[in-house]
Amino acid sequence: MIKVRDVHKRFGVNAVLDGVTLDVQDGETLALLGPSGTGKSVLLKTIIGLIRPDQGDIDVDGQHVTSLDRDALARLRRRIGYVFQNGALFDSDNVFENIRLGLTDPAEFADGDFARQRVAECLSLVNLQAAVAEKMPAELSGGMRKRVGIARAIAGRPKYVLYDEPTSGLDPVNSDIIDGLIRRLNDELGVTGIMVTHDVRGAFRTAHRIALLTGGRVVAEGTPDEFRSSSNPEVRAFLERDFDLAPLETGTSA
Amino acid sequence: MAAALAQVQQRTGRFVLDGLAAVGRFAALIVEIGRGLAEPKVWLPRTFAEAHNIGIGSLFIVLLISAFAGGVTALQAGYQFTGNIPIYVVGAIVTQSIVLELGPVLVGLILAGRIGARYAAELGTMRVTEQIDALESLGRSPASHLLLPKVLACLLMIPVLVVFADVVALLSGWFAAKQALPITDQDFAYGARVFWRPFDAYYSIIKAAFFALTIGLVSCYYGYMTRFGAAGVGRSTTGAVVSSSVLILLLDLVLAKLLLVP
Repeated sequence: MIKVRDVHKRFGVNAVLDGVTLDVQDGETLALLGPSGTGKSVLLKTIIGLIRPDQGDIDVDGQHVTSLDRDALARLRRRIGYVFQNGALFDSDNVFENIRLGLTDPAEFADGDFARQRVAECLSLVNLQAAVAEKMPAELSGGMRKRVGIARAIAGRPKYVLYDEPTSGLDPVNSDIIDGLIRRLNDELGVTGIMVTHDVRGAFRTAHRIALLTGGRVVAEGTPDEFRSSSNPEVRAFLERDFDLAPLETGTSA
Repeated sequence: MAAALAQVQQRTGRFVLDGLAAVGRFAALIVEIGRGLAEPKVWLPRTFAEAHNIGIGSLFIVLLISAFAGGVTALQAGYQFTGNIPIYVVGAIVTQSIVLELGPVLVGLILAGRIGARYAAELGTMRVTEQIDALESLGRSPASHLLLPKVLACLLMIPVLVVFADVVALLSGWFAAKQALPITDQDFAYGARVFWRPFDAYYSIIKAAFFALTIGLVSCYYGYMTRFGAAGVGRSTTGAVVSSSVLILLLDLVLAKLLLVP
């Protein structure tokens, strides 16, 4: 279980997180919605210890991320997969080596046969052909890069996977593939997920619970049904902006 | 007036604090790189791959420039030492100036540009595209995977390149002297031997090792600390080359004082 308690983070004069409190139960997928620049990605990075909060506590399975030493943090990270917004694939290594680096157990990493088998499994899980393993990241499309990023994140069989904008920049077909994949990972492998996204449709289809982060705080939390029927004005404003196709103001007059 | 003075004080204070913070970050990075030594299975193969890349990749430019430097040194020595000065002095001047100074410093400056820029740009790009974050998120150490192999590759290959450069510059200097000056092989060899001390060769390699550490650490520091996208990568690359070059010249002076002047 992940418990985020009163987390604050400031960059210069800009308070990005201003007292975030959030729980993620084992086995669930939580979608974190919110406008751009509200600190959703920063929150994910504080959970895995890539960014240190100024104040507050993050507890992952009883371990306090902010007070872990270097080695303990590395061990904890091996139980958390992180899917980066743009894939963050190592561009000097091919897909095979990228996914192999996700094998966080040293013995599994060193075992060439096991690595080949596991990389093939992970590619299959993300609906990519085995031949993709030989390609370099530069040869992949945006959707394939995202899927390889997910394959790398799950290669070490993590308990948690943190998805940072897994469908941003993708066409609807590829977005659906990624959404389906996140759901499958949860259903079939029991992976607990936190998904940062702007894609309201994907969040409603994929997540068990949704949280809305605005102004550096979680202002609403609930199941997709509770969210749909919420009277919270910030939830309404966010959802209606997404679903209503109001005419754009172009700034010119006829 | 008071406001202007306060502004100057504020800027000076900020400059000093920024400088101290940079020194602190550099020291912390060196400690981190040292910790990476605990994972030889990770850094050893990567070190050999890096060493192969920078060694083979730099060999041509190093040999080319050292060949020209050796030839020019011989011709200028011949031009300056005429009249009553015995011609064999050309052999001594060429040997001493190449081994003690030109070989290691020229190679150091060339490689500060070639390797320093490459490492800073590579690491900087990895930083701004979150590849370094990705490595950390997998519980892996950027020090043992990325930084240590680069520093060790520099330490392994740059002294070797300096030895190659010394030899090629000496040969080209000898050849140029014979073509342009009334000097025999015996005169040149006598001149080369008469002021020669075995320590001169060690000094050349010691300097090369210090320059190698400087290039490796400084370029890794700039690349690793990159922020703010493509412009940041550009700043890091320039910073790495300029800082490495200045530190090489500074070290050149310090090492000469410490090791050559009693």
